[in-house]
Amino acid sequence: MFDFLEGYDLWAAFWTTVKLTALSAVGSLIWGTLLAGMRVSPVPLMRGFGTAYVNVVRNIPLTVIIVFTSLGLFQTLNINMGADDFTTINFRLAVFGLTAYTAAFVCEALRSGINTVPVGQAEAARAIGLSFTQVLTLVILPQAFRSVVGPLANVLIALTKNTTVAAAIGVTEAALLMREMIENEAQLILIGAVFAFGYICLTLPTGLILGWVSKKVAVKR
Amino acid sequence: MKVRKVTAAASVLLALSLTATACGGDDKDDKGSGGGKKITIGIKFDQPGLGQKTPDGKYEGFDVDVATYVAKELGYKEGDIEWKEAKSADRETMLQRGDVDFIAATYSITPEREEKVDFAGPYLLAHQDILVRADDKSIKSPKDLNNKKLCSVAGSTSAQNVKKKLAPKADLQTYGGYSECLTGLQNKVIDALTTDDSILAGYAAQKEFEGKFKLAGFKMTNENYGIGVKKGSDLKKKINDALTKMVKDKAWDETVKKHFGPANYKNEPAPQIGDIVK
Amino acid sequence: MTSVLYDAPGPRAKRRNILYSIGFLVVLAAAAYWVYTKLDEKNQLEWVKWKPFFTDSRPWETYIWPGLENTLTAAAFAMLIALPLGAVFGIARLSDHAWVRWPSGAVVEFFRAIPVLILMVFANAALAEFTDVSSEDRPLYAVVTGLVLYNASVLAEIVRAGILSLPKGQSEAAMAIGLRKGQTMRSVLLPQSVTAMLPAIVSQLVVIVKDTALGGAMLTFSELLASVRPMSAAYGANTIACFTIVALIFVVINFILTTFASWLEGRLRRGKKSTGAVVPVAAVAGTQATGAEH
Repeated sequence: MFDFLEGYDLWAAFWTTVKLTALSAVGSLIWGTLLAGMRVSPVPLMRGFGTAYVNVVRNIPLTVIIVFTSLGLFQTLNINMGADDFTTINFRLAVFGLTAYTAAFVCEALRSGINTVPVGQAEAARAIGLSFTQVLTLVILPQAFRSVVGPLANVLIALTKNTTVAAAIGVTEAALLMREMIENEAQLILIGAVFAFGYICLTLPTGLILGWVSKKVAVKR
Repeated sequence: MKVRKVTAAASVLLALSLTATACGGDDKDDKGSGGGKKITIGIKFDQPGLGQKTPDGKYEGFDVDVATYVAKELGYKEGDIEWKEAKSADRETMLQRGDVDFIAATYSITPEREEKVDFAGPYLLAHQDILVRADDKSIKSPKDLNNKKLCSVAGSTSAQNVKKKLAPKADLQTYGGYSECLTGLQNKVIDALTTDDSILAGYAAQKEFEGKFKLAGFKMTNENYGIGVKKGSDLKKKINDALTKMVKDKAWDETVKKHFGPANYKNEPAPQIGDIVK
Repeated sequence: MTSVLYDAPGPRAKRRNILYSIGFLVVLAAAAYWVYTKLDEKNQLEWVKWKPFFTDSRPWETYIWPGLENTLTAAAFAMLIALPLGAVFGIARLSDHAWVRWPSGAVVEFFRAIPVLILMVFANAALAEFTDVSSEDRPLYAVVTGLVLYNASVLAEIVRAGILSLPKGQSEAAMAIGLRKGQTMRSVLLPQSVTAMLPAIVSQLVVIVKDTALGGAMLTFSELLASVRPMSAAYGANTIACFTIVALIFVVINFILTTFASWLEGRLRRGKKSTGAVVPVAAVAGTQATGAEH
């Protein structure tokens, strides 16, 4: 029944999906935190930049961003991501694009987390003479992170699924393989089921594990 | 209470929109069967030189001219033709379902496709070739493509040919369309764009690209462009007659020259009907 | 804007902030200049490449407008079908009957777990195989199907989280005055939770608009983003110009959508029906539902 799978490297395709997800997740967590820091910072220009970045990036289709990494960054600005074969370059460009996009959502999640930290915490921190950076990194963010594990888990799941868009610049991940298989093979329903199952295997555990973690670390108030 | 209103409004809108689509569907049916004297032809919309939707909303190219000639021979005026976009992946389905009467859209005759649809023609013999920058002299034979940066469209047979047979060591970039490849070729991050020479010639002949690109002239495969019709359709014979006439009265030569001429494209002579070059 | 995170800046802090601002501006300007020179060097700023969009109405009429029309049609259908469907599933997941709760929960979780692109590709193939929708309409149907399946499940989660965000006393009080379960939901819980849900719903609507573009990339749906293909082919592969214009149009549409929503939200809030609770927009992140249940 499953002999149509022969000749296709399902594992390699899903492995690419996993790698894309993991690297972009780390990247967007860092960049998203920086953006959130900018959006609440005392420097007006940084606040403005953070706001503009989030509002522009969130409103552009991911496909456009990914295509732009290739046409703009690579072709025009000659940023080849330290590699010289297309497979590596495209993979890294896709990670870059996914990071730039997902960071906007990480930033917004964190900002709502910052809002859940009681005002007294920041006031107390300022009262003992901590600077803005210290207030943010020592007092506010550690608590904010604990309250947004749930939303961040959802961002991560969304990211996992968004990796499908990397196919637009020729990254051979699972969605591209699925399209190829639908073209060549007749078992439409089975192919759909196999890939749906693959993604469920990736996303459901993420949701469950991080859901459990979020309950564990939540600040009881 | 407000919510009830909102829900009511939403359901009304939903109902309205559903009826609207239903009506839309009816309109189309009327045009298809009631008009009688219309013919629907599938072409490409994004292939300069072959089938391109121009900014004026008209259609231009070799495939378009051939299709227009054939339609005229079948007894339809130019105004009776309804053009539809036939994207590569959709062509067989469109014919099988009868959405179009025939398709002239860089449609190579292959045994796999012949199982599903019938082909009239061929009306053009094309070859897989490469397009390089005009000043690039480093690629002299297909073997030189190894270790070069190549570009093609995702999932196309040209891309697979390169990977499997012609130059397995070439570094292949795939995009959704040829335009992205051309930008890369201009930006010098891509050395060659590969697909059928007719398609390449269409691009190279555009006025924006005059003198910038050249065809290498490698005949790496044979692509016999045919006109696709529904399996068992009696149109096949009529179209074949029209094509023969088009070659005979020189209209074929003229249109080849008109669309591919500026690119210095050395076209093959008009193929004989049914003469498929393997 | 005053923040609790830092003291109101005094003279020294103000000077420092200005210095930081200038430093940041210099970095941004340097980056912008570098991008500009590179674009110029590669002839991407040539007037020929951009001219069609500014001096000519034809590219808008022939390529962009038909594409935009398709994008908006698909988005509108998806919204109109997904919103009520999402509400039904969201409420069903809160049902007291396990036989309602479980299946609707399973459906919601299933469609949330699969990439919307795969849903679309699959819907497209299934429509081609099992129905007689014409090949012209099929991409639209497939895109709408994919968007509805996915976004209805996400909206279901938003509705559920919105209702759960209300204080328990609300439904207890409703029960105490003898309202039935349906009445409690209709007259007490839903009206109050709508304001809480609104920001999250709107970001999901933005997602719907953006995700129509997936249909163009993979399904031959002639939407706005896909209009770049014939357009860039007609104008000598001015891909960067075309993609930029299209991206700007998306930003404008979504900006209008979000502005309208915040106006609406402000109106609803002034109506004092809200408890002040908000389903965090951020939690809806990209293409995902709220995390309220975790």
